[in-house]
Amino acid sequence: MLDIQSIRADFPILSQKVNGKPLVYFDNAATSQKPKVVIDAITSYYEEINANIHRGVHKLSQLATDAYEISRVKIQNHINAKHSFEVLFTSGTTHGINLVSNGFASLLKVGDEVMVSALEHHSNIVPWQMLCERTGAKLTVIPMDENGELIFAEFEKLLSEKTKIIAVNHISNALGTINPIKKIIEKAHQFGTAVLIDGAQSTPHIKPDVQELDCDFYVFSGHKICGPTGTGILYGKEEWLNKLPPYQGGGEMIKEVTFEKTTYAELPHKFEAGTPNIAGGIVLGTAIDYLNEVGFEAIAKYEHELLEYGTERLLEIEGLKIYGPKSLENKTSVISFNVGTIHPYDIGTIVDKMGIAVRTGHHCAQPIMNFFQIPGTIRASFSFYNTKEEIDALVGAVKKAVVMLS
Amino acid sequence: MTIKEIQDEIVDEFSMFEEDNWDERYQYVIDLGKTLPLIDEKYKTDENIIKGCQSKVWVHGEMQGDKIVFTADSDAILTKGIIAILIRTFSKQTPSEILEADTKFIDEIGLKDHLSPTRANGLVSMIKQIKMYALAFNAKN
Repeated sequence: MLDIQSIRADFPILSQKVNGKPLVYFDNAATSQKPKVVIDAITSYYEEINANIHRGVHKLSQLATDAYEISRVKIQNHINAKHSFEVLFTSGTTHGINLVSNGFASLLKVGDEVMVSALEHHSNIVPWQMLCERTGAKLTVIPMDENGELIFAEFEKLLSEKTKIIAVNHISNALGTINPIKKIIEKAHQFGTAVLIDGAQSTPHIKPDVQELDCDFYVFSGHKICGPTGTGILYGKEEWLNKLPPYQGGGEMIKEVTFEKTTYAELPHKFEAGTPNIAGGIVLGTAIDYLNEVGFEAIAKYEHELLEYGTERLLEIEGLKIYGPKSLENKTSVISFNVGTIHPYDIGTIVDKMGIAVRTGHHCAQPIMNFFQIPGTIRASFSFYNTKEEIDALVGAVKKAVVMLS
Repeated sequence: MTIKEIQDEIVDEFSMFEEDNWDERYQYVIDLGKTLPLIDEKYKTDENIIKGCQSKVWVHGEMQGDKIVFTADSDAILTKGIIAILIRTFSKQTPSEILEADTKFIDEIGLKDHLSPTRANGLVSMIKQIKMYALAFNAKN
């Protein structure tokens, strides 16, 4: 059992008022709030050990380097990667995807195929489209059904030796659908196809085991898991990271530079050109420690309770429709909904006046909105620091908005 | 009435709401939305959609005599209310009057939040579009 009041006390931002009302933060799928330990760790990095890493022989540089590399190992353990050099620091999920999609440009030829799913965020669509434009490969899309779930039989039909890489999210940001990635990976590997999993929405709720999943790449963002913005991780299997060329050139990623030829550094530095977000990388480790202390099992259990309660309470509202899986077992604590024909923007604006932060719009997933033929949805996404009382406040606010707007 | 007179009239109407009474204020914006002179369906094209809005907004202006008459529509009610306020201010005015007018009155009616350029409803883009029409018609004459 989580002690929610004591957890809430860890997050300074949660005690503030917005528009004169206590803040109810239900935009967790966009970014999570930060506990005090994370905020303090950023300050103490700059106050105590700030120096550039992997370069200086001086004490501070060594302290900063150690802290950065310890964080890498923490993340390695967290996702159960085989080697710490398979864990690359990035600026976020988008960066990780672009690093891989750019690398694949050297591996693809006309006639090859790249597969994504109908449930992807724009950042797991556009980089692959750009890759296809560059290489002449074809983009294929795993379709979904009206419950926002991928149609596995269609995936099997689309998959062939021509499919060189599949990029699919673990959990949909717009609908909360949990995708059958283990089955997708298994099937893909029968054809020698690489699989990249976008874990931006799963890592706040689940501790991924990349060896058990056997995925080739797993990417996620630090800011969605209580860490700083501008941080992220790209996990890649050693063999794949060796196959891909460097993404950016610069300092840190080289072994030897002459004007005739440069040789590249070993993993992970080959992909970490320039001075990285050192404070961010270190503090991402602090955030992961914090979440593990709270405990992912307890988090998942409590968030599921919030999902069940929120779904039940919101469905009390006449004309309210929830998009996404009917079975709550197949989704995370995200409720994407509309009420009748009221524009989601109208409801979002009015509930904001009551101190409630929800996301409205297409959630960077326009193909999903086109599928349902709607301009967007209102998305309430719950985190382990939210409460049932806050859900009651949301339900009250939506009811009020509906009265005002009808 | 001049643009300034209309703006003063709107400010006066909004002054009946207490500062913290956001719901009545918003309700009034919603009701104003219902008075919006609707755009002819033929102008509701993709090119006429104002960029920068979370909801769809179409604005059309045409010259009648020496004045521009604006019509508009939106798929969101609040946005419709806001565009209705703008159109009430700027429609049936000459291009040069529209170009000279400021929009400070938005602050005074408590919709300042909506003026922020990052705000997804794109009030700034709507004003820009109206001024663009005025600029274009001004150049023609």
